[in-house]
Amino acid sequence: MKLPLSRIAHTRSGDKGDIANIGVIAWLPQYYPILLREVTPERVKAFFGEMVKGGVDRFELPNLYALNLLLHHGLGGGGTVSLRTDAQGKTLGAALLAMEIEVYERELTD
Amino acid sequence: MIRIANGQGFWGDWLEAPVRLVDGGPIDYLTLDYLAEVTMSILQKQRQQDPELGYARDFPPLIGRIAKKIRERHIKVVANAGGVNPLACARAVLKAAPGLKIAVVFGDDVLGRIDEFLGKGYAMRNIDTGEPISTIREHILSANAYIGAFPLAEALATNADVVISGRCADAALVLAPMIHRFGWGPDDYDKLAAGIVAGHIIECGAQCSGGNCQVDWQNIPDLANIGYPIVEAEPDGSFAVTKHPGTGGRIDSHGVKEQLLYEIGDPSQYMTPDCVADFTSIQLEDTGPDRVRGYGVRGGPRPAMLKASISYHAGWKASGTLVYSWPDALEKARVADRITRQRLAQLGLRFDEIHTEYFGVNACHGPAARPVSDPPEVQVRIGVRGPDKRAVDRFTREMIPLVLTGPPGGTGYGEGRPEVRQIVAYWPALIPREEIQTRVEVVE
Repeated sequence: MKLPLSRIAHTRSGDKGDIANIGVIAWLPQYYPILLREVTPERVKAFFGEMVKGGVDRFELPNLYALNLLLHHGLGGGGTVSLRTDAQGKTLGAALLAMEIEVYERELTD
Repeated sequence: MIRIANGQGFWGDWLEAPVRLVDGGPIDYLTLDYLAEVTMSILQKQRQQDPELGYARDFPPLIGRIAKKIRERHIKVVANAGGVNPLACARAVLKAAPGLKIAVVFGDDVLGRIDEFLGKGYAMRNIDTGEPISTIREHILSANAYIGAFPLAEALATNADVVISGRCADAALVLAPMIHRFGWGPDDYDKLAAGIVAGHIIECGAQCSGGNCQVDWQNIPDLANIGYPIVEAEPDGSFAVTKHPGTGGRIDSHGVKEQLLYEIGDPSQYMTPDCVADFTSIQLEDTGPDRVRGYGVRGGPRPAMLKASISYHAGWKASGTLVYSWPDALEKARVADRITRQRLAQLGLRFDEIHTEYFGVNACHGPAARPVSDPPEVQVRIGVRGPDKRAVDRFTREMIPLVLTGPPGGTGYGEGRPEVRQIVAYWPALIPREEIQTRVEVVE
């Protein structure tokens, strides 16, 4: 079934220059494999569309059941250059919570 | 075990937080992080106008407020409040709190050494873009190397009440008391990395104790009285993150994870001046209410190069807003944007970028925003940037006329014309470690 990412994870986002970073944290350890399968760099890039001009890198933190996403050229120039209201990418993590993922029902049972 | 509390996550953070950390329970060290990436350039400008400025001006009056108590309780303060003028900062602190012993760390400011570095063949390429610094040489406003925790620990060894530095790695403020008290050396990679991880968790203040936290946020208690974080550090490198009893907020492993992932790159190689920390080795455990234990952190040797934070003039920008009401609020706002762009083009004005957002529709999430239909009002925000200050200034006169010359129902122009602002951009670069010699001076 299709669910928003918020069902299995929470996020926090910020900036380093013109790179936005989004930490994605599974609510439960057994959701981490779903993150690995569903939250791919390609899908994240497609989700943000023209907002992210560069590529998306993904790093895995199995110890925290979490991913770190780097969205290159994702902040309209970054920091002080960007004309965006959210020049630091503070709300991009929240945006990603709406991304649809494919989850099997058995994966949600504890 | 030592208790290290952080009472400021940035310059402009809650003024009451450090006072409450001192009053609310036992702590041994109070760290205060004032410097964001572009703060240094603002401070450099202030110093150019007045040689006695160029530091975080909130800091001396704060020390004045807490001076009596930190002396009575032997609490030591470690702060990067010095900005580009740590000595003037120390003098201002002594004025606000006579009798304190202050240790000042020098050596991070390399603004006067750029040509020397270029002469030695250091390209100081932008870490993000690869461009050599020569492309912006004449626009540089500030340049500071990130110094590590060892010079700060050396300053603590003078038994000063307050340690003031300029640009240092944020987490170094928290690592320094551990090095000082536990006698860790430059080769204690795992312990240094653990201190850096603890520092990273608390360096943004309440952002690890319930602030800006998605985890069941509606039920985080008493955010009005949020407790700022305290690290209880052990000599073996393990630590607990907690807060004073009776304060608001919440500390649990989910909130701590959010902060651990905040503004990092490759988590297996978190680079600092003192070590490389491996965030994929961190183990967290909820060990009680508002208490998370961290252990198992691994680290590696410090990098051969130090990161420098360089800021430079990169043009001008301005942004203005107007509000359009129902009916057809979004359509009206879009027409206002179109008219503005047409008028700017007819004036022959050129910009590097014109950017339009619609508040209530897509300002935060852009094309990823969830669709809205027929909103009661929409605020349009148009921003421009470019090298020509006159063009940007001319743009600031194009918004308000729309109220009488554009679509019906425009309002919200009460604050007048938008302000033209200088763009001070950030240029991260690397310089060889051996070029940076720090020095500690005691001021009484």
